[in-house]
Amino acid sequence: MTSNPQGNNLQTSSRPRRPKLAVWKFASCDGCQLTVLNCEDELIPLAGAVEIAYFPEATRAVVEGPYDVSLVEGSITTPDDLERIQQVRRVSRRLITIGACATSGGIQALRNFADVAEFRSVVYAHPEYVATLDRSTPIAAHVPVDFELRGCPIDKHQLLELLAAELQGRTPRIATHSVCVECKRRGNVCVTVAHGTPCLGPVTQAGCGALCPTFSRGCYGCFGPQDTPNTRSLADRLAVHGMSEPEVMRVFRTFNAASEAFLRESERHEPTTGSLEQGER
Amino acid sequence: MTHKHKDGGHVLHVGTLARVEGEGAMHIEYRDGEVADVQLRIYEPPRFYEAFLRGRSYTEPPDITARICGICPVAYQMSSCWAIEDACGVAVTPEIQALRRLLYCGEWIESHALHVYLLHAPDFLGYDGAVEMAADHPAVVERGLRLKKAGNRLMEVVGGRSVHPVNVRIGGFYRFPSREELRGIRPDLERALEDSLETVRLVAGFEFPDFEQPYEYLALRPETGYPIESGSVVTTSGASFDVRDFATRIEEVHVAHSNALHSRLDGGVRGPYSVGPLARYTLNADRLCPIAREAATAAGLGATCRNPFRSIIVRAVELVEACHEALRIIDGWTGDGDASVPVPARAGEGYGASEAPRGVLFHRYVLDGSGIIQDAQIVPPTSQNQPSVEADLRSMVGAWADLDEHALQHRCEHAIRNYDPCISCATHFLDLTVERT
Repeated sequence: MTSNPQGNNLQTSSRPRRPKLAVWKFASCDGCQLTVLNCEDELIPLAGAVEIAYFPEATRAVVEGPYDVSLVEGSITTPDDLERIQQVRRVSRRLITIGACATSGGIQALRNFADVAEFRSVVYAHPEYVATLDRSTPIAAHVPVDFELRGCPIDKHQLLELLAAELQGRTPRIATHSVCVECKRRGNVCVTVAHGTPCLGPVTQAGCGALCPTFSRGCYGCFGPQDTPNTRSLADRLAVHGMSEPEVMRVFRTFNAASEAFLRESERHEPTTGSLEQGER
Repeated sequence: MTHKHKDGGHVLHVGTLARVEGEGAMHIEYRDGEVADVQLRIYEPPRFYEAFLRGRSYTEPPDITARICGICPVAYQMSSCWAIEDACGVAVTPEIQALRRLLYCGEWIESHALHVYLLHAPDFLGYDGAVEMAADHPAVVERGLRLKKAGNRLMEVVGGRSVHPVNVRIGGFYRFPSREELRGIRPDLERALEDSLETVRLVAGFEFPDFEQPYEYLALRPETGYPIESGSVVTTSGASFDVRDFATRIEEVHVAHSNALHSRLDGGVRGPYSVGPLARYTLNADRLCPIAREAATAAGLGATCRNPFRSIIVRAVELVEACHEALRIIDGWTGDGDASVPVPARAGEGYGASEAPRGVLFHRYVLDGSGIIQDAQIVPPTSQNQPSVEADLRSMVGAWADLDEHALQHRCEHAIRNYDPCISCATHFLDLTVERT
């Protein structure tokens, strides 16, 4: 397959060649790598600035590694993937994880709270055909990660900022404050204060543009915990607004269920009989 | 990659199938010049949605099941909403149904534009991918991206974002878009309609192998209009049944080589069945809007289409339909009425189906009296199409036995992409192995 070497262009004039970009998939829905293809206005210029060297969802062509930047989507859930992520790390100069699956284990980490053998037998008639691990874990649990981009799915503008920063060799400007900050900036009326709607905005990392409150619903935490989340205090508010203990547990146990802050908070609201897994972490 | 089998057989194996959504491989075995076995190996890791939905609240499946697939989240949101509303005995208003259809049009435009231009067209024009194709056909790729963007914009306006929209809830929406918000995207959709018509002309000029398959087609058919967000089930053998009966008519079978369950209709007595654009078109061509029907006729499509390679033409025709339909809904939109209807929990079983871009997607839920999910069943289109894809490969590979390994692999991949397989959905797909003497 051709790699069109020496296709140097403006944005990377300081570099002798275009950096090689690879996109890898582990257990996931494809939504975060689709976000790369959803950069409709930027896709062709991006393909000029970097060499898309490995991206099976977009092209059959494979340029051999090593790669300058690897974007990794998905979580580790199978014995084969435990091996594959080590290979990906070995061929990647910079490894960036994209999305809730890769950064926290994703929705499939709900298995971490259950018996995976039972899960397997619920879905599959022949559980013995299916190779799976009993836990879904983020990429950083297995290999060093250079940057984690949050979101379920990731935000296109944050992805472009991250790629631009990589090309320019600078730190990406990705906020780690809460959704509340974005919500205020957007001029939204607070859904909790004004309407009593339970909202995870105060403990959730910004990046989506406070989408849910803009659509008159409470944030459901798809970007995971912000850098200093007071989940306990928020859980008290959720109870005041009428959420039962199992509801509070479930609200912290979705797309970032295995992220540290949300995991600890959800465990505080487990029914007392169901807390067997607590000692494990 | 190929290797000789110990008994003199031959294997063709493609380890990672490209330009499909998710992870799969293909394995073909030849013995004495005959195709001995064809397997689509779906090694996409299982994520156990149906298991962890147990114990969740009936309000959660639209957000949770959307995560099965980043390319068709709306399909999961819509099928789950219908199923839970069915279990709770609630019907939504015509306005809510219209907005569901509009959001779904956005997903069809985004998903079909992605498949036609970025995933499938490179097979016909001889490129590894759309970026490589853009060097020689910049206007074509630009049109594809513009169409895809129009679909995504429509989803953003109605749903908040295109991957995992946030505005969908059981009973309807969190808020209705205003007339002005919807009118704002009208110019993009008018351009998209023109681009769709141009897409039909482009793909109608591609070369198609002579290849027809006799499969039974299964699709939804609503009371009026082309099937998108709802309908009851019809098939080309004349079967017609309510969505509530899918669980008794469609059986899921677990085979060793796939983490996606295969589906059989009526015990498989009539052979494999197939869902998706060819099935929808064959069973509902009379329901296309006049512009889409004219475009289909001009592109050489008859009353039925049985050549899976020509599915790209049907997808293009469906792009016309979706753009036209979106404009029609926007023009009639008032934004009046409540954005959702109340859905009180009750014990029961509910069924839902909608036409995902790749074909019918069924959901079934059993709820207890407080709305906690006791059982969930999800039958995605790629699982239903898996036996047809394998049957296609089995018939084609025999005829292509004289091709060199590289060409054969490419042909097989092309044949698989005819179905726009979504492996993330199906595992809830592809590595190629060919064995031959």
